[in-house]
Amino acid sequence: MSEYSIQVENIGKRYRIGVESNDSPTLRDALTNLGRLPKKLLRGELRLPKEYIWALRDISFNVKKGQVLGIIGGNGAGKSTLLKLLSRVTEPTEGFAKVTGRVGALLEVGTGFHPELSGRENIYLNGAVLGMKRKEIITKFDEIVDFSGVGKFIDTPVKRYSSGMYLRLAFSVAAHLEPDILVVDEVLAVGDAEFQRKCLGKMNEVAQQGRTVLFVSHDMSAILRLTEEAIVLEKGKVTFRDITSKAVDHYMASGYSQSGERIWRPDEVPATAAPFKPLALRILNEQGIVNNNMRSSEPINVEFEYELSEALQGLRLGIYLLTSRGEFVFTSFDTDSQQNYEKFGMRNEGKYMSRCQIPADLLNEGQFILGVNASSYRVKRYFHDDHTLSFSVDGSGAPGKQWAESRLGPIRPDLNWQIKEF
Amino acid sequence: MTDKSDLPLIIEEPAETILLKPSKGWISLNLKDLWRFRELAFFLTWRDIKVRYKQTILGAAWAIIQPLLQMVVFTFLFNRIGQISTGDVPEELFSFAALLPWNLFQKALQDASRSLVSNRSMITKVYFPRMLVPFSTVLSGIVDFAIGFVILMLMMAYFGFPLTTAIWSVPLFLTMALITALGVGLWLSAINLHYRDVGYFLPFLTQLWMFITPIAYPLSEVTETLLGGSTQYLYLFYLNPMVAVVEGFRSTLLGTPFPGWDVIGIGVGMSIFILISGLFYFRRMERTFADMV
Repeated sequence: MSEYSIQVENIGKRYRIGVESNDSPTLRDALTNLGRLPKKLLRGELRLPKEYIWALRDISFNVKKGQVLGIIGGNGAGKSTLLKLLSRVTEPTEGFAKVTGRVGALLEVGTGFHPELSGRENIYLNGAVLGMKRKEIITKFDEIVDFSGVGKFIDTPVKRYSSGMYLRLAFSVAAHLEPDILVVDEVLAVGDAEFQRKCLGKMNEVAQQGRTVLFVSHDMSAILRLTEEAIVLEKGKVTFRDITSKAVDHYMASGYSQSGERIWRPDEVPATAAPFKPLALRILNEQGIVNNNMRSSEPINVEFEYELSEALQGLRLGIYLLTSRGEFVFTSFDTDSQQNYEKFGMRNEGKYMSRCQIPADLLNEGQFILGVNASSYRVKRYFHDDHTLSFSVDGSGAPGKQWAESRLGPIRPDLNWQIKEF
Repeated sequence: MTDKSDLPLIIEEPAETILLKPSKGWISLNLKDLWRFRELAFFLTWRDIKVRYKQTILGAAWAIIQPLLQMVVFTFLFNRIGQISTGDVPEELFSFAALLPWNLFQKALQDASRSLVSNRSMITKVYFPRMLVPFSTVLSGIVDFAIGFVILMLMMAYFGFPLTTAIWSVPLFLTMALITALGVGLWLSAINLHYRDVGYFLPFLTQLWMFITPIAYPLSEVTETLLGGSTQYLYLFYLNPMVAVVEGFRSTLLGTPFPGWDVIGIGVGMSIFILISGLFYFRRMERTFADMV
């Protein structure tokens, strides 16, 4: 027997997009089309003309038995399509995959739930939809109810459940599915923190039982916690595969502006941002050169240009600094100082630049991400983007660099150590 | 690895390797998967039965009210105004006995044709043989039929029609109606995913189909009135399997003239043909379902 649970060879999936142009403009054309209809239906041909898009192309990878593999990638990278292919929801257009063992797919929580049915009835229905046997559901029934915590409402129609209860019940059924291969999509994006914690715990448990798990999430910390290895999907291709921490770094560093500058085109700014309009965010080194490679031993200048189409009261411009894992390092606003706070309580319409300096000898080496925020405290958040651009920090010349080891933590500040002998 | 005793419920099927690849041309029916998912078919049928009369005041009483009202209208239109004779059988009983299998068929056909579209959230999220969806909707109509059948028995007792041993053939005619409905439903449900035109076409289709089925009139009426005694085109009429179903059903219970083995034979042949063509068409289109809805 093969040591692999999943073997994917050059798999590709093509979707048809766009709308049919020129669809029966005249009655005569419509009738001609009608005449061709039987033939088209039989061949399974759809309306012409067609435009296609490859959601996935030339994907090859293997997953060992018992391995927990993360899949990361931006929106539209093909993650969900890949999961759909592997869980047999849809067929590949080319290539093939070999899947050994029972596949349990959690592409959505509560698939097949019917609002008119009670919690009890939905457990049976949903369990069957997910591929559980009736006997299996009967034996696990109490466990499922316990885990969900809906208890005494089990005979109430689920349409009367709160959305939280609904989710908990739905996940609980899915969590008790015991497949050889568990395929999990972004199910954790929904629900409160408590629910998410519970889900992660359960998935961890599944992973510990030696089952194969494929896990897709935007939550990098969840990916890091649950998976040992991850693949990065970009534009329908596997661009990277390595241990999870490296894959996450690769993913977080790619896709963002590489030049040290981000300029917003007018059409990129959501209408909800008005009257605020971001123009550009850039980072400059000590020499004033826009760059995305910074040195830890030099200060980093951050400039944010923006425009106000009308005067704003209490506006504050901020930057976020995040590590490549998505953890916040700090948040800072241009009116943090008492002086600025008083002077810029009101900003008239016009173009502005807010600039600041991240001091030298603060950041550790590695990848960082800069985000921006424009808001009026407790009034409105005009604009927000916590992944605006990424930059790397080179540690040479930083305190302690005489030792080649890497240091833990996102910062390595110069703490002005004093050593005295007494 | 965990101790097996911790996981008593893993069904110990040997881990099977499935090859996922693009399918080409006409594909097999994959009966093995259908069998493996038989419990899901049961649950889906059960769901449809359960939710059918939810949020109604009259509930399952609709299963009685509907055919009874239809019976009144039919008797009035065809037998009182249209002056169509129903022979020795009371007019009410005559049309009610036909409306039962017809309604079973019509409901099954309509539900099956819409089934894929109404279950699309499931189809795009989880794998199972999609055929189970129209299949289970077709089966769910049997409960309504059973309720109506009890009423029919009561009516027969009232009008003094004894039950004969010929009742054994009732399930056969029902199966035939369901097979036909499933066959057409398989075609239409698959087409419906691509072209929602089916939704507009469907009421028209069932209405037309009802008129060419001898519900309020006996089959003999067609030969005499419509075709002037010639039997040349009669076989075209027999191509509709519901002719055999309705006439056979009525003849079995009420002792109306037996439609003849040629009618039954053509009907059975047609219903099987419709089913098999539907099955293969459905399987052929199945690969695109998740991408289309």
